[in-house]
Amino acid sequence: MIALQRRASPSRLMGYLAPVLALGCTLVAGLILFALLGVPVGLAFHAYFIEPISSVYGLSELAVKATPLVIIGVALSIGFRAQVWNIGAEGQLILGGITGAAVGLFFYEVDSWYVLPLMILASVLGGMVWAGVPALLKTRLGVNEILTSLMLTYVAALLLSWLVAGPMRDPDGFNFPESRLFHDAALLPRIVDGTRLHLGAVIALGIVVAGWLLLSRTLLGFALRVNGMAPKAGAHAGFSQTRLVWIALLMGGGCAGLAGLFEVAGPIGQLLPSISPGYGFTAIIVAFLGRLHPVGVLVAALIMALSYLGGESAQITLNLPLAVTGVFQGMLLFFLLAADVLINYSFVWTRKATQQVESL
Amino acid sequence: MSISLFLKRVSLIAGTALVSAAALSAQAADPVKVGFVYVGPVGDHGWTYRHDIGRQAIDAALGDKVETSYIESVAEGADAERVIRKLASSGHDLIFTTSFGYMNPTIKVAKDFPDVKFEHATGYKRAENVSTYGARFYEGRAVIGTMAGMMTKTNTIGYIASFPIPEVVRGINAFTIAMRKVNPDAEVKVVWVNSWYDPGKEADAAKALIDQGADIVTQHTDSPAPLQVAEERGVMGFGQASDMIAFAPKAQLTSIIDDWDQYYIDRTQAVLDGTWESQDTWDGIASGMVAFPEYSADVPEDVKAAAEVIREGIVDGTLHPFQGPILDQAGTEILASGEVLDDQALLGMNYYVQGVQGDLPK
Repeated sequence: MIALQRRASPSRLMGYLAPVLALGCTLVAGLILFALLGVPVGLAFHAYFIEPISSVYGLSELAVKATPLVIIGVALSIGFRAQVWNIGAEGQLILGGITGAAVGLFFYEVDSWYVLPLMILASVLGGMVWAGVPALLKTRLGVNEILTSLMLTYVAALLLSWLVAGPMRDPDGFNFPESRLFHDAALLPRIVDGTRLHLGAVIALGIVVAGWLLLSRTLLGFALRVNGMAPKAGAHAGFSQTRLVWIALLMGGGCAGLAGLFEVAGPIGQLLPSISPGYGFTAIIVAFLGRLHPVGVLVAALIMALSYLGGESAQITLNLPLAVTGVFQGMLLFFLLAADVLINYSFVWTRKATQQVESL
Repeated sequence: MSISLFLKRVSLIAGTALVSAAALSAQAADPVKVGFVYVGPVGDHGWTYRHDIGRQAIDAALGDKVETSYIESVAEGADAERVIRKLASSGHDLIFTTSFGYMNPTIKVAKDFPDVKFEHATGYKRAENVSTYGARFYEGRAVIGTMAGMMTKTNTIGYIASFPIPEVVRGINAFTIAMRKVNPDAEVKVVWVNSWYDPGKEADAAKALIDQGADIVTQHTDSPAPLQVAEERGVMGFGQASDMIAFAPKAQLTSIIDDWDQYYIDRTQAVLDGTWESQDTWDGIASGMVAFPEYSADVPEDVKAAAEVIREGIVDGTLHPFQGPILDQAGTEILASGEVLDDQALLGMNYYVQGVQGDLPK
């Protein structure tokens, strides 16, 4: 019999080995999957992992795709550390996109340096307001923030589709639900010519560093962590739970709003009925994949982004349907999470399962 | 040697053997690569499904002179530009971007790839190497509107709509005008689902409309879900984009089929011949771009005959779905008797005609 036995303390070794193990399992399972589909395995892996990042342009696109995931993922993981469950980053992203774009469109054709900073400020505030509602409801009325933040996502999406079909619609756009294209002063500067790599990617890296410093080097970070691990101990130490909930949600909302602006003022360049393919939700997965650590989030976001780009190149070069990409992504996530069990548990051999007092 | 490379070689050898006597040049030319960007999954049985049928028609018609590929479910946002650019930079000669939301990304990428030809569906921006194309689906709506007007018993038709853009509003109006011509008491109730493809929402909308008395549902969304609901609830409906009879053998009266096959073959042939030029195509029933399957057995003879009159009238030009007099919801005349709305007016349509209930979302 094989049984799982809880380790006395989490294994440091497994903390590093688990992702490697998961990647190995994904490769083996992928091998079987592609063999069953009759696709040459070498070509498939090349299409998924190598081809998307084999050029400067490919690398830049990887960064563009990972940017919103990193920004939101870092902020969410700080909140999750404090046991504040902001599930509605997608809605906060949309709100940030709306408020940022509104400022950009208000200053349409105004060619000044202050347009973009104002847009950034507006987007952060927009995201914060949207996250502030769950914070208020939680701290005043004790309403579960998971439900309120999630439900506000749908409100935000509907607000956006109303705005682009109405007040913010391009007056010369044949009534199609899109805003005008932003003018140059309202667009994020590009870092590398000929690519879409924009200033947001650099800011995302800055947010990783800031998040790491906050968590490991400041009293606030300590308070957030203590609140997550032992709320009563935190209360005894004088950390206000209410204050921490507000901080965690506003931080998440502000960062999500910023990510929303970086999408509309970066690669998109206008306001559309849909500005995010679910970055706010994917960022939740990214946060956990990255073990709620800012640097881990960065790595996880790059892996997720690569799996999307790989899916596209697999469709083009191998004519594989999108569903195969979905299965492949699912396997990667499944193995990553499954391998995590080994951090806290070890496999042991037993004669009889009943002898194992502490087995699962 | 990889399997696909092997197959390619086998087919090349076979192809060369077949045509070697006639044309030795065939083996020398590289195949023209044609790429497609789809907004939904190829299995939606509606819009994207029909575009993919068109892609397969290119393969069938032009054989190894072409090589086609596609990317499905591409979000209309930041991802679209990357996908289009990827197709352009991987040696594709002709790229079809098949949803309105791809317009600005298509124009952006086209600027950087002057030698690649682009074809954007349902948009209004063109360039030296960007054509636009679309179909006059409103002509089909006039045919099914006539049938609905004659067959409804409750005088209430449910219309499941996607986004309040001119294309969709035009369809609702064409349907309603034709319906009111044969049945002045009938009304159209519209539910907006804010999605092109969302079987769950589409089905909910159909249920709500049937609960409100609709005995016929029609749709401008891509999944067969509303028709399946109609089948369950014993009411009638029309297929959208493709023949959906398999999903609703009793409920479907007929369907408006998007038939891109000939257009896609012609445009690919033009690239092969070197005669491709940027143009704007907006074809309807006459060209075959808008087509119908057989009427269902439940459609009475007089309804079939009336539908045929409309269809034939549109084809020979004696009848236009937007012929005056046209009244707006308040009953004010917007087009005098004897006049016909021009394409410019059709392309920017943003009002409901008389017979549609509710307000147009703005």
